Amino acid sequence: MTEPDAGRRSRVLMKGNEAIAEAAIQAGCDAYFGYPITPQAELLEWMARRMPELGRVFVQAESELGAINMALGAAATGARVLVSSSSPGISLMAEAMSYMAGSGTPVVLVNVMRAGPGLGGIGPSQSDYFQATKGHGHGDYRVPVLAPASIGEAMDLMATAFELAERYRTPVMVVLDGILGQAMEPVELRFRNPERRAFDWALTGAAGRPARIVKSIDLVPEVLEKRNLNLQRKYAEISRQEVRWETERMEDAEYVLVAYGTAARVARSAIEKARARGIKAGLFRPITLWPFPSRELARVARRAHAILTVELSSGQMVEDVRLAVEGRCPVGFHGRMGGLVPTPDEVVGALKALHGKVERTREHEREIEREQQQRRRADWLEAQSGHRRPPIVDAPESTRQTETNAAARDGGER
Amino acid sequence: MTLNPNPEIPPRAGEPRLIYGKPDVLLDRSTHYCPGCGHGVVHRLLAEVMTELDLPAHTIAVAPVGCAVFAYDYLNVDFVEAPHGRAPAVATGIRRVRPEAFVLTYQGDGDLAAIGTAEIVHAAARGERITAIFVNNGIYGMTGGQMAPTTLLGQRTTSSPSGRDAALMGYPIRITEMLAQLPGVTYAARGSVADASQIGKLKAMIRRACMVQIEGGGFSLVEALSNCPVGWGMTPQESLEHLKGPVVEAYPLGVIVDRGAAAPPPAGDSIAAGGASAATPVLPAEPEA
Repeated sequence: MTEPDAGRRSRVLMKGNEAIAEAAIQAGCDAYFGYPITPQAELLEWMARRMPELGRVFVQAESELGAINMALGAAATGARVLVSSSSPGISLMAEAMSYMAGSGTPVVLVNVMRAGPGLGGIGPSQSDYFQATKGHGHGDYRVPVLAPASIGEAMDLMATAFELAERYRTPVMVVLDGILGQAMEPVELRFRNPERRAFDWALTGAAGRPARIVKSIDLVPEVLEKRNLNLQRKYAEISRQEVRWETERMEDAEYVLVAYGTAARVARSAIEKARARGIKAGLFRPITLWPFPSRELARVARRAHAILTVELSSGQMVEDVRLAVEGRCPVGFHGRMGGLVPTPDEVVGALKALHGKVERTREHEREIEREQQQRRRADWLEAQSGHRRPPIVDAPESTRQTETNAAARDGGER
Repeated sequence: MTLNPNPEIPPRAGEPRLIYGKPDVLLDRSTHYCPGCGHGVVHRLLAEVMTELDLPAHTIAVAPVGCAVFAYDYLNVDFVEAPHGRAPAVATGIRRVRPEAFVLTYQGDGDLAAIGTAEIVHAAARGERITAIFVNNGIYGMTGGQMAPTTLLGQRTTSSPSGRDAALMGYPIRITEMLAQLPGVTYAARGSVADASQIGKLKAMIRRACMVQIEGGGFSLVEALSNCPVGWGMTPQESLEHLKGPVVEAYPLGVIVDRGAAAPPPAGDSIAAGGASAATPVLPAEPEA
């Protein structure tokens, strides 16, 4: 198929939903299935016009259940398939997501998130982080989740999403908040159409070969466990190979803002303001929410004074941040809900509060350290002069804990 | 062994002439179905019709959730498993990207007439060129014989232990008649597996439904009334008598609608005429694996 815009480079003003739709088309999307819901409706409308023009498939389904299962069927034949929806619609798609993960059906799913729970609201929100990274459907499975922070990046990631889906035979999610879906930004019309793979599993009719089955059921526990172990190996491979993240102003950063999507852009503005006030801040932006860039963030945490996570939610990604940081430095959180976006000033305020707390703690720790040094020095001097004195009696709790444990381990000989 | 030995080659003298055999597409396995169950009969009819129409190599079939979930263990064609009730949506996706394929769904009454009502109604309303085989035994067999939307009034099941009471549990659904109202449905018929005569008629219905798809018609559906001796608490013989009596009374047999082929088949788009479509396929040809 000729790609009229492929290779052409120019900057145009595009709405997020429409730019994503066009990027998917240029990435070779064969079929789109959807159902109207705000704030993703323009994506569906763009597809409704463009796909038939190109002789490709567009179906407006009777529900999100219908749409995602049409996608399952089309993808099972090896087609490159896109589905889009917003939060409540994604909940309905959860069932089929689990089936697709179990049967290895590659589908790309865009979620232009609403503010939940329930019908919630249509303002920008990141309240589906848990759903995207930990959940949707039932069963032991994972789904790669891509989280762009600009419309241009979202366009790039559409091709990446198809690549990941086909390379690993898995559904892939792209999550955006309402701003990225609805706003207009100048974007470069630069597209990528990933190379087609030969699928030895796709259903095309069993002419001249044994029949193929795309399924997730296996009632023999040993066989099902084997299938599951294979899935887990695949997820381990994805975790090794496909982690994506980006850092900014990290060279000298003492305070690290962790944020994705629109929150990362707010954080970017906040960093400039914070630096103007003498707080050396940097940005760590996960692009894959699963696999989460845990190792990379842990490295950052080793030298950071503290981390502040900024989200358009009650604090969901911050749980993964804390798991990655493992107590190496304090982790704070600032978020807004209901479709509201924190302002850079709000974030700077949260950062200053965290900065103050950290500075006080650090000062306190320095005081303790100074006292201990003095005591050790005094002990040493006394030992030199022949007097005996018990060791530190009022050591900090953590030290006492260690000694107790050590005594227990040594069989109480101490 | 194939059903259609080449008629050009006459049998040699003294050699028995093969007039009936197991179609190759029906795999040589014993099924997991309970003794006396009608699913095996429907599988067999489907296999015969597919073989007669030379469909297996072009078929992509959709398996349901329910007793027939393992249909792919018995029918040797490409199969995808659908979530419960979603087979018509899955088939729609296949149909749209594979215009050259023969697309078949196989569903039970819980799958099609309860959890999957939206999917079957809208696939039919869109006139999707797919053939749906709907096995109605009036019960959820696989999960232990619970009440289905098609369960007869008064019928005892494990979830209607005192019998289905219309005041509490509503009325049985004649979903094939409902679907037949839709202009997108080219063919809708109801047959039964109760005896040899009915089985012959059911096969003719399945054949007609497949032909509708081959000829480029719209949605085609065959409801096969079947028995569930275990779920009904009957011997296989009793269950067949029950099927011929009260079940057929509630679900009359026959062709409900036949709107004929809605349109002449597009040039080169006939599977019977020799496989792959000459019309522009949506997908590029399958790369060699």
